[in-house]
Amino acid sequence: MPLNLIVCVKQVPDWEAPADTFKIDPERNKVIPPPNIDPRISLFDEHAIEAALQLREKHGGKVTIVSLGPDFAQRAVKQAVAMGADEGILLKDPAFEDSDTYATAYILAEAIKKIGAFDLILCGRQAADWDVGQVGVGVAELLEIPCVSIAQKIEVSDGRVMVERLVEGGYDVMEVALPALITVSNEVNKPRYPTLRGIMAAGKKQIPTWDAAALGIDPAHIGANAAHARVLKLYVPVHEAHCEFLDGDTDEEKGEKLALRLREAKLI
Amino acid sequence: MVAEVSDGKLAGIAQELLGAGRRLADALGEELAAAVLGSQVGDSGTEAIAYGSDKAYVIDDPLLASPQPDAYAAALEHLCRDVQPSILLLGKTSLGIEVGPRLAFRLQTALGSDCTDLRIDADSKRLIMTRPVFGGNAMLEMACADCFPQMASVRGKTQAPLPRDETRQGEIVNRPSGIDASVVRAKFISRNKKAVEGITLTGAPIVISGGRGLKGADNFKPLKELGDLLGAAVGASKAAVDEGWVPPEMQVGLTGVTVTPNLYIAVGISGAAQHIAGMGYSKNIVAINRDPDAAIFQRAHFGVVGDWQKVIPAFTRKCKELLEK
Repeated sequence: MPLNLIVCVKQVPDWEAPADTFKIDPERNKVIPPPNIDPRISLFDEHAIEAALQLREKHGGKVTIVSLGPDFAQRAVKQAVAMGADEGILLKDPAFEDSDTYATAYILAEAIKKIGAFDLILCGRQAADWDVGQVGVGVAELLEIPCVSIAQKIEVSDGRVMVERLVEGGYDVMEVALPALITVSNEVNKPRYPTLRGIMAAGKKQIPTWDAAALGIDPAHIGANAAHARVLKLYVPVHEAHCEFLDGDTDEEKGEKLALRLREAKLI
Repeated sequence: MVAEVSDGKLAGIAQELLGAGRRLADALGEELAAAVLGSQVGDSGTEAIAYGSDKAYVIDDPLLASPQPDAYAAALEHLCRDVQPSILLLGKTSLGIEVGPRLAFRLQTALGSDCTDLRIDADSKRLIMTRPVFGGNAMLEMACADCFPQMASVRGKTQAPLPRDETRQGEIVNRPSGIDASVVRAKFISRNKKAVEGITLTGAPIVISGGRGLKGADNFKPLKELGDLLGAAVGASKAAVDEGWVPPEMQVGLTGVTVTPNLYIAVGISGAAQHIAGMGYSKNIVAINRDPDAAIFQRAHFGVVGDWQKVIPAFTRKCKELLEK
């Protein structure tokens, strides 16, 4: 049975950027994007795209990407298309800005309703910026479909999905009927790189943009004013660096000194 | 607070949440109740009181026997609509990760994910939640707008439990779950625990972790040998797991296990915020890395700049010698 797959992706600051490029605007409680480092698709979302592509390769069907964000989020959609996704949609409206978890899930759920028929929605387990991990599960709640989170393996057969869900010290096997939503962890696969052909195709691909009006969303239900959560303070924690380095002429000597020092400190 | 029960006993995270809950309830002058959910929960209700609760709602239902988030979310929704708590605490466990957001969406409130600190604002009496964001690069303080319950999922090993006190008085209220089998749409089939060699990471007094600098699966062997010698558990960074050198359950970090051992030894680990999020609260941190500028040294108490392949064998030999004395 061909599968109609939807993947929700988010564009975030590069999580592998050096820590000293990370800056905050304390007045506005916002992160200042590092000037020379491009944002990229959130870590776990790349795995979600790969999971969708693998399911399409096995079962046939279609992969549609949905991303909520400003203009630069179009790059995330294009990158997913370059990896092999069929279609992409950008959800953009000034009214969407500063939406909290609930409003974000609501906008995504309304967009998915507008897309229409789907079998499986895939999301990353959490975004690599705010590390909240609620939007995926929330979309399932709003669409009233079953959900399994933190998947490390997904197998579809006869309208049902078997999912290995990561738990402490192992995994649970869970079973759901389609349509459903699954959030994936990085253990699920290794995301592919876009091919040159994919990049060419993505360049030409039209990415439609839907705003609040196109989705029939009342702006009163989204954005900063509708937020259930309030940001009070964002700050970079200060750690006093007082590392005691063990010196020696050779690495072996340093290793021995470390053992003696830890013994002295009664740590071993 | 939501008290998870494991094998008929109050889970460790439940004891920590009871400690945190007690402190918040005292700051507010309110009552602390434990929602003890599970099947065949034994004396977990009385235990919750011994660990700090004034009241225990005991919800014992066969539908809660297996870790089905659907069933737990529905039972908690039922309870919350009925008792209307001002604050609801959950553990950031595999169950809590899914039950928390479901409940927050159904109750139309906000949930602070993965909180490491909780306090009551003296003026507004609101719950202030502190949580690491951007992979641990920053901390966020947040609160709920005018919505209830104010929900927080709490990272393990960040809240001190109270000492167990059998003489504490409290009320046990047995309640029906209010749910039936129709709420379970994601069905639990089986749990597969992988037998981890040696000592498990959570609760180990010493943890030795290897990272990208180990350059291969075989190179974890010397760490395991050292682990056996010191009575330590062996963990890994996300990079080592991503390379396929070790299984995911060995991952220490934001999306892996959180550990707070007395001694943490990071070998060939650069110290990405992702990793720090899982071990930054360790009491003593040792870093062994070739790069003197590696971020891990900013968090370490003891450091060795050098090639771990030379440092570790010498370190192991010396430890053996010292321990045999």
